[in-house]
Amino acid sequence: MIETIPLPTTDDPVDRAFWQGCMDGRLLVQNCNDCGHVQHPPRAMCPACQSMELGWKQTSGKGTVWSYTMPHPPLLPAFTEIGPYIVAVVEPDDFPGLRIVGALSNPEGDSIGGIDPDAVRIGTPVRLTFVQLAEDVALPCWFPAGAGIPPEKEMQQ
Amino acid sequence: MSGSAAFKDKTAIAGIGQTAFAKGLPETELQLACMAIRAALDDAGVDASEVDALGCFTQETTPEFEIARNLGFGELHYFSQVAHGGGAICGAIGQVAMAVALGIANVGVVWRSRKRGDPSKRQWAGVQPRIDDHWKWSRPHGLSRPVDEVAMMMQRYMHDHGATREDLAAVALAQRAYANNNPDALMREKPMDMAAYLDARMIADPLCLFDNCLESDGAIAIVVTRADHARDLCERPVLIHAFSQGMTREHQLMTDYHGADPFRSSSGATADNLWRQSDIGPSDIGVAQIYDAFSPLVLFSLENYGLCGRGEAAAFVAGGGMGPDGPLPVNTSGGSLSEVYLHGANLVTEGVRQLRGSAINQVEGVETCLVSTCDSTPNGALVLRR
Repeated sequence: MIETIPLPTTDDPVDRAFWQGCMDGRLLVQNCNDCGHVQHPPRAMCPACQSMELGWKQTSGKGTVWSYTMPHPPLLPAFTEIGPYIVAVVEPDDFPGLRIVGALSNPEGDSIGGIDPDAVRIGTPVRLTFVQLAEDVALPCWFPAGAGIPPEKEMQQ
Repeated sequence: MSGSAAFKDKTAIAGIGQTAFAKGLPETELQLACMAIRAALDDAGVDASEVDALGCFTQETTPEFEIARNLGFGELHYFSQVAHGGGAICGAIGQVAMAVALGIANVGVVWRSRKRGDPSKRQWAGVQPRIDDHWKWSRPHGLSRPVDEVAMMMQRYMHDHGATREDLAAVALAQRAYANNNPDALMREKPMDMAAYLDARMIADPLCLFDNCLESDGAIAIVVTRADHARDLCERPVLIHAFSQGMTREHQLMTDYHGADPFRSSSGATADNLWRQSDIGPSDIGVAQIYDAFSPLVLFSLENYGLCGRGEAAAFVAGGGMGPDGPLPVNTSGGSLSEVYLHGANLVTEGVRQLRGSAINQVEGVETCLVSTCDSTPNGALVLRR
């Protein structure tokens, strides 16, 4: 059993730009350059027109909780340490119909977790932040909009 | 020849076999598989040398050649494997049945052998430090176990339909009551009431311990023959009436949150094609064996197979709908929650026992059975009849 949080590979040509975007503080969704179809998670091909000319659009970082859960032990050791934590499926406000899985964190993005479970419901507005998990992985996470946005984070958005 | 005439009622489940079910068994998975298959062949009255087709899971650890050379099978002519764990058993049976119906093979055996009582065998415990497949979009966030992935859907279902934990409890409680009558069930001696359910520790809100299947050891085998062959072997064989596998457009394994309607699962794709072929419709089903690794999957499947209306399954089970006196008894052996967890293979054997009239919780006069597989993976289903 691994001791660390499992990390995504970040060198796959299909989603390399997504993870680079996260490192730059931007949450990107895949966009077909030929037909305009937008999708998440990224794929090798546009299922609407079979194009492989796929680009990216930046989200505003504002979203709404579609659903959420709070996992309890038995968990992988790394998640046992940070629990209790909440994972949500978030609908980005500017890309209706897309849904993105994201852990909740505090606004500073110090770590997954650290959120009052009572602050999260379906429909709760959330804001984007990033939790740095490795030198190549900034995980796009969310915090309840009511939790307050630090001034420097607000400026980035 | 139109539609499914080449398949409908052309094959039968002529034999079923199983080992003991337990938290830990001394035999290896290969030994357990051999024991279950031998029992199924004995039940069918078929000699091992007649078997020439095999079906199993891609996750099966006992390979076809070991099975064949241990059991003393003849030369094999068809062997297939079906992927996606809990979604696989009906596909494995249906594919073998197709080969038998078409005359490619004569007698088929499908089996599942599994030792999972040991916590180190849990699949999610084998997560790698770097993830290069679709799990990379959820596991780094802490959505690391199947129960977390299903909990996400149940939370939304409760929100959409006003369902409560007490409603969901009816699934676990109904199945536990069935298991309490079943001498083969792991939970035969452990009654459960609503208070015990609500007091149980949470695993992934809103799901508690009793919404999760058992971790167990055991093996099950099923013998498939032509229907006329089966009639020579016994008086009233259980016929395979209809079969389909199913996967929705843009399906994403277990984390299927991204389609236009996440509650129209792969079960919906299976169901549409199943009922298209079937002379038996959802309202004609007398007993159902619905895949239940997690209790919400029963609700989602009841709706996707048209056994309940959209959003109505929670009220249906809360009103006793799946119990022995309800309009549709479901998972009458105790299922994966309370009998044994063998990726749903026990749901097939219980369906066969119901149609033979030999089930421990026998539904009186039942003539039709739906068997389904995992709602949140690519899946499949069978309509069985007497």
